[in-house]
Amino acid sequence: MSEKVLMKGNEAMAEAAIMAGCKHYFGYPITPQTEAAAYMAKRMPKLDGGVFLQAESEIAAINMVIGVASTGKRVMTSSSSPGIALKSEGLSYLAGCDLPALVINVQRGGPGLGSIQPSQSDYFHATRGAGHGDFHMIILAPASVQEMVDLTFKGFDLGDKYRMTTMILADGTMGQMMEPVSLDMGEVKEYDKSWALTGTKGERKPNIVNSLFMLPADLEKYNFERYEKYKLIEENEVMYDEYMMDDAEICIVAFGVAARVSQNAIDEARKQGIKVGMIRPITLWPFPKKVLNSAADKVKAFVSVELNMGQMIEDVELATRCKKPVLLCNRAGGVIPTTEDVMSKIIEANEIGGAN
Amino acid sequence: MVVFQKPNGLTDAQLHYCPGCTHGIIHRLVAEAIDELGVTGRTIGVAPVGCSVFAYNYFNCDMVQAAHGRAPAVATGVKRSDPNNIVFTYQGDGDLAAIGTAETVHSAARSENITVIFVNNAIYGMTGGQMAPTTLPGQVTQTSPYGRDTSHVGFPVKVCEMLSQVDGATYLERVAVNNVKNIKAAKAAIKKAFQYQIEGKGFSMVEVLSTCPTNWGLTPEKALTWLEENMLPYYPLGVYKDKYKEEK
Repeated sequence: MSEKVLMKGNEAMAEAAIMAGCKHYFGYPITPQTEAAAYMAKRMPKLDGGVFLQAESEIAAINMVIGVASTGKRVMTSSSSPGIALKSEGLSYLAGCDLPALVINVQRGGPGLGSIQPSQSDYFHATRGAGHGDFHMIILAPASVQEMVDLTFKGFDLGDKYRMTTMILADGTMGQMMEPVSLDMGEVKEYDKSWALTGTKGERKPNIVNSLFMLPADLEKYNFERYEKYKLIEENEVMYDEYMMDDAEICIVAFGVAARVSQNAIDEARKQGIKVGMIRPITLWPFPKKVLNSAADKVKAFVSVELNMGQMIEDVELATRCKKPVLLCNRAGGVIPTTEDVMSKIIEANEIGGAN
Repeated sequence: MVVFQKPNGLTDAQLHYCPGCTHGIIHRLVAEAIDELGVTGRTIGVAPVGCSVFAYNYFNCDMVQAAHGRAPAVATGVKRSDPNNIVFTYQGDGDLAAIGTAETVHSAARSENITVIFVNNAIYGMTGGQMAPTTLPGQVTQTSPYGRDTSHVGFPVKVCEMLSQVDGATYLERVAVNNVKNIKAAKAAIKKAFQYQIEGKGFSMVEVLSTCPTNWGLTPEKALTWLEENMLPYYPLGVYKDKYKEEK
């Protein structure tokens, strides 16, 4: 176990990105993730070949990411909800061009300019509609500063492995809070990037990075191939954490800060003799469908705890095929649910359907 | 004996451009320039959205296709990834002077060491002839069927003039490809722009006045005349900025 250092979430993930071999960062100031950019502005110029560049817009920033990604180097941008929305065009192009990149969304309340407080209201955007066209991104949801670090490092690997965008879907709490972290990340893996734009040097045919197809049959073929890849990811890359699920009759589903609050509520409920546990998705796409579906055969109800108007609950209902009721415990607009909010839903869930 | 052939900088792909369109000439000038400078093997081009979207099939170098207007931002990433790469964008007027204005101005302001080839034909070609930011006052297009009414939609954007006020811009020249003399001057300007990039001198842009016979509704020959009579007076040719111009 390496030495631990006390770091803010935004800065810790920036350092993890550097340790993962990312030497290019493009961004635009927006609360509550600006610390990441400020950290990169300090660190990158000190690295050999390191580039920090503040773009003229979120749109320019994601397109600069596309530029570096097309040359095969590790690259990232970070932003918060309204800024991520502006990057949507670029996220679609990254998918269409099969380019790896890391994008961090430190979510804040919406819609519109919304608030600068923590939120999870970009769940749909991240998992369903990050841009036009058929595509997915790998969505990782950290619930601690250590996970901000670990998932950032892993996110680059996943991106290179599958040639696609990984998004860290954090929230203002994860970005702003300080916790002790270990930065012992291990080796940076190498991936084949013979597709990258490095100049032909007159020795090979030109490489082309492109998402345009004039024949519908060609585009369809690429879409089907991409979804075969997505199938592999759904089979191999699902991550989740279980808490007190062995004898649980109620299953809380929560990610990020909502999972931390929920854990406190579970401890409280257990003291009162209520058998409640939690499945915490770490990958929001691919969503941990199998474990939730199995849980639906054991528990009598689910509670989806979210910082939005109820978005992940749809995935819980789909994963469990509505075998058991799914209750929603939610706060929105930048408000974090309290332990009491979650407790009252646990009690409500405990009352429905009688004893298991 | 072959006395005239395609430059190495172009692939053998058949161009899709309409008869009489001057994109083909401009492609050739760019390819000749990078060939003559010996940098084709380390050149990476950025194709736009517009008529020249398929530029990625025509240039014999690594290519990336950018979203509409974003080519200078993508080029920024490519260049910053490896400053030894020679990076150019090839953009039309809608791409560069409407939807991508911010990317154009700010890549110039940063003096990104890239070369922008800006093809101005005063119309959106690929989508079938709509009003462009460069459409002339009174010019009839599909979306200005009664002629461009400046009291309603304002005035054309003169990009060279605008960027000449940006400190970061290194070299800006407007050329035309309507006759042999002008084509030779265009070639010299394009080559100079790449030469500046090789020397690390910063942002260069060559604006090339070009024809669109199909959407102008003119024969190729009459289109050349229309360019001369209408575009040249509004968009005067010449060097708008050259930070490294030799003192006379």
